[in-house]
Amino acid sequence: MMATRRAADTLIIVMVMLLAWQALHGMVGATALPAPVPTLAYLARFIPTARFAENAGATLICFAEALVVSYAVGLAIGVWMGLHRMSGAVGEPILVALYSLPKITLYPVVLLIFGLSLSGRVTFGAMHGILPVALLTMSAIRNIPPVYLKSARTLHLSTTQVIFTILFPAALPEIVAGLRIGFSLTLLGVLLAEMFAAKHGMGFLIVNAMQLLQTEEMLTVAIVLFCFAALANASLLAAEHRLHRRV
Amino acid sequence: MTRVGWIRLVVIVTAIALLEATCRLGLIDARVVIPPSEMAAALFRLLVSGQLNGVMARTFGIVILAVVLAVILGFALGLVIHALPRVREALDPFFATYYAVPIFIFYPVMVAIFGLSVIPILLMGVATAIVAMVIATLNGLDRVPRVLTKVARVHRMGRLETALRLKLPAAAPHLFTGVKLAVSYGFIAVIASEFILAPAGLGRVISDAYSDFDNPRMYALMLLLVIVATAVNMVLHAFDQRWAERRGIAKP
Repeated sequence: MMATRRAADTLIIVMVMLLAWQALHGMVGATALPAPVPTLAYLARFIPTARFAENAGATLICFAEALVVSYAVGLAIGVWMGLHRMSGAVGEPILVALYSLPKITLYPVVLLIFGLSLSGRVTFGAMHGILPVALLTMSAIRNIPPVYLKSARTLHLSTTQVIFTILFPAALPEIVAGLRIGFSLTLLGVLLAEMFAAKHGMGFLIVNAMQLLQTEEMLTVAIVLFCFAALANASLLAAEHRLHRRV
Repeated sequence: MTRVGWIRLVVIVTAIALLEATCRLGLIDARVVIPPSEMAAALFRLLVSGQLNGVMARTFGIVILAVVLAVILGFALGLVIHALPRVREALDPFFATYYAVPIFIFYPVMVAIFGLSVIPILLMGVATAIVAMVIATLNGLDRVPRVLTKVARVHRMGRLETALRLKLPAAAPHLFTGVKLAVSYGFIAVIASEFILAPAGLGRVISDAYSDFDNPRMYALMLLLVIVATAVNMVLHAFDQRWAERRGIAKP
């Protein structure tokens, strides 16, 4: 009962947003902003094309690689700074400062180092993802009740055993939160990289469509990316809630 | 300064010195990265020459305007949504997804609608910053003690007066967290918009310097943005900590 009412309310808000879109379309005209119905029709026509598959594939590969780097490096830094108090205390403010930096300004440096290549875009995506993963992993490990670690010491567990049997299970919900934020920021980084300088990918498509004033295609790509990010976030959020309940 | 603070300083200075040394020794090509000392010198020359004054005024002006708009509108929206629990419940999934979605992909849409001017950049800044403020306002209002609303009723205060004289101060620490995020997000959105496509502004100047292979200029401007962003965030963080301590919600 509650759930259906909630779903209905959310549906109403989606309707209001669609109406606002339609109204804005009426105000600014079809060249600047196509109406919802033609855009959705275009979306249905565009998704089966080879052009879409090619660009979406390029973005997905780049994103997957960047995500692997983000998670691996972020978790390594986070575990290290969480376990070693001194490095954590020294490094945390530095990581926080880097986190709130507009990283797009540093993209030309990445381009100068890697050229216009896949590795450049992967690096830039990872630059966005590493920091939240590292920061949240660190705080997750620090928030583990000290009694867990004390019992590990009484059991004479080795460091690897401590990491895999105590640290990860205890810190998992918060680590998953970090992975979720890392996921969305890595995606943002990859898309920004593609928007600024690339010859394919979803970010390229959207900027290209803007330059050619193909507003329908632009909106279509934006909607696809929006849905992808929203769905991924929802599933990671659900996993997080489940883990929280388990503990 | 504490011991940790000294170590941190040493780490940062060592990192910069290492970069300087590798650049000077030719291990890093000057066409890729220039030594930090040259970056600083180039920035100093640019600042003294006054060439940048117009661009800086433009970019920082947009950032400030975007943040002010986002904070005021975000607070007002937060008040309204807080008063309507059903609307809030329906909006919750949107708030949870908002920052997970790269809303920046809508910048080209804004440019198509409003043309290549200040407006789409300002709108991106506001759009990125405002939701953080709304969420912070809702969090803050949730924690306003019930007794204060009773006090307001005893004094027969109107809605506006209650909001401004009781709820605003009581929710202030949380609101400040919202302001902090709004500044950081607004800054990032404005710079990123200028970077991708803009008629002028710091982001545009950096991207032009990159296209012209003008490394001293590019690195000087990057250094400027890094310094400004870090300084602003440090000041806000210090205020936030102090405020949180006074209200007894300090983070350990």
